[in-house]
Amino acid sequence: MTSLPALPTPKKLGLVIDLDVCVGCHACVVNCKEWNTGGYGAALSDQDPYGADVSGAWLNRIHTFEVVPQGGEIVGEAGEARIVHFPKSCLHCEDAPCVTVCPTGASYKRADDGIVLVDEDMCIGCGLCAWACPYGAREMDLAAGVMKKCTLCIDRIYNETIAEIDRQPACVRTCPANARHFGDLADPSSAVSIMVAERGGMDLMPEQGTRPVNKYLPPRARKPLASSTPLPKEDTTGATGFFAWLDDMLDRI
Amino acid sequence: MHPAPSIIIFTTLSGLGYGLAVVLGLGLLDPATLATKIAHVLAIAMIGAGLMSSTLHLGNPQRAWRALSQWRSSWLSREGVMSIVTFVPLLWSAWVCVIESRYLALPGLAGSVLSLATVFCTAMIYTSLKSVQAWHTPLTPACYLLFAAAGGLVVASLFAFAGGGNASLLAVLAAVALMAAWIAKTAWRRNMLTLVPISTPETATGLGAIGKVRLFERPHVMENYLTHEMGFKIARKHAAKLWGIAVVLGGAVPVVALLVLAIVGQVSSAIAAMFACVALLSHIIGMLTERWLFFAEARHAVMNYYNG
Repeated sequence: MTSLPALPTPKKLGLVIDLDVCVGCHACVVNCKEWNTGGYGAALSDQDPYGADVSGAWLNRIHTFEVVPQGGEIVGEAGEARIVHFPKSCLHCEDAPCVTVCPTGASYKRADDGIVLVDEDMCIGCGLCAWACPYGAREMDLAAGVMKKCTLCIDRIYNETIAEIDRQPACVRTCPANARHFGDLADPSSAVSIMVAERGGMDLMPEQGTRPVNKYLPPRARKPLASSTPLPKEDTTGATGFFAWLDDMLDRI
Repeated sequence: MHPAPSIIIFTTLSGLGYGLAVVLGLGLLDPATLATKIAHVLAIAMIGAGLMSSTLHLGNPQRAWRALSQWRSSWLSREGVMSIVTFVPLLWSAWVCVIESRYLALPGLAGSVLSLATVFCTAMIYTSLKSVQAWHTPLTPACYLLFAAAGGLVVASLFAFAGGGNASLLAVLAAVALMAAWIAKTAWRRNMLTLVPISTPETATGLGAIGKVRLFERPHVMENYLTHEMGFKIARKHAAKLWGIAVVLGGAVPVVALLVLAIVGQVSSAIAAMFACVALLSHIIGMLTERWLFFAEARHAVMNYYNG
């Protein structure tokens, strides 16, 4: 059924991604691919994997942006611009446009925890849901002909056969910088909700009206390069004792 | 957006087919003539071929029947349901015309209304996507409906000149519909060229509060599904030329040809039909160009993440 849940879901499971912390190592990207190629649904296929024109389906990708403040200059010329690594995966939107456009009922949002999933046995691979998503969260698996997307590692988070510490999405579990957090964003007392409140967590493209569950924590303010302590200059005046003697002797040579 | 040939052929062919079905359903052609009988068969053939073509881009076409289930929420599903429902009056009308040489108002009018409804559903698939701002306007269904009507009238004129009915009337109606369609399309394109993007790299990343956002590194070196499907770009100079070709071949040539035929009146019906055939071919080439541009020029919001 591709109508969205009529009532707000009691749980809103999702991710909080800290743009101040992400170092752009792509570990989450690789672990996502590794887990999901053997987990829920069809394997995440690659096309021409060892050839010149390699491509494939990935559910999590990291872009890197350069942000230049008003009056700032670009990197390499002067120093006010900053680099922000930007992990991007499904935001599990409350008003998910990818769900309502689906003609078959394959694309759905779970009424209990808000996770947006694709039932691959029903998917005809028309690609309309990928068109409807403004974030590029969905990618077609060209081998299986079905749409793939982040499942929030539904086969990990509820999986009682793995250690409790591992019951988190693969990307969160693997992040070496702790830039990714998983939790219930409907619960104001959850760690992720507190983080969002304290750091001013934001929605991506709020103007698209999708009401994403995942939140992004903005990079913290940085002090301008010019106000940083300058490196010590070459200067031997005021030296005393042994160093004054050495300075004097070396000058004479 | 990537201009997939199967979708371009589908929307062009089914548009012409449904347009012709609308004209036939209104009883504007004489059901006793051979030309009208062929027109009935051709309308159904064009619709059928268009629908078949639309399944070519599916990853799992064997499950296409499932697309009929979500008509409550999905315009694509509604289009599927309407296209099948519409076949009932169209086949009924065709049978009555081809076998009994009669026109029946009930299946005729029902077929006309349902044909337009199906074209409207097709247009709404695109219109409903907020992520493609150029499409997200009421002008999109207006253009699709007017182009279907105009195309149908051009085809009907050809059959009228071939002996199927009041050719001058249909030719004038076709010319008027063509002009209306291209006026709507010009407004649509002006809207696309002048719109202020609601989403920008700044809103897409949420980093606008810090400053201007520019892509520094892509997430991958090669193309991926997203850049292939949504990142299609066409050079501005070619877009302008193709638009000119679309307007001239899709609009100006058939309008002039049909008006000349209407004014000259009944020369030899073979020569008139041949002239109308040229007008139709020109219109089809123009429409294929217009549909190609409809996709190629539309920018998807995800390109804010790709500097596109």
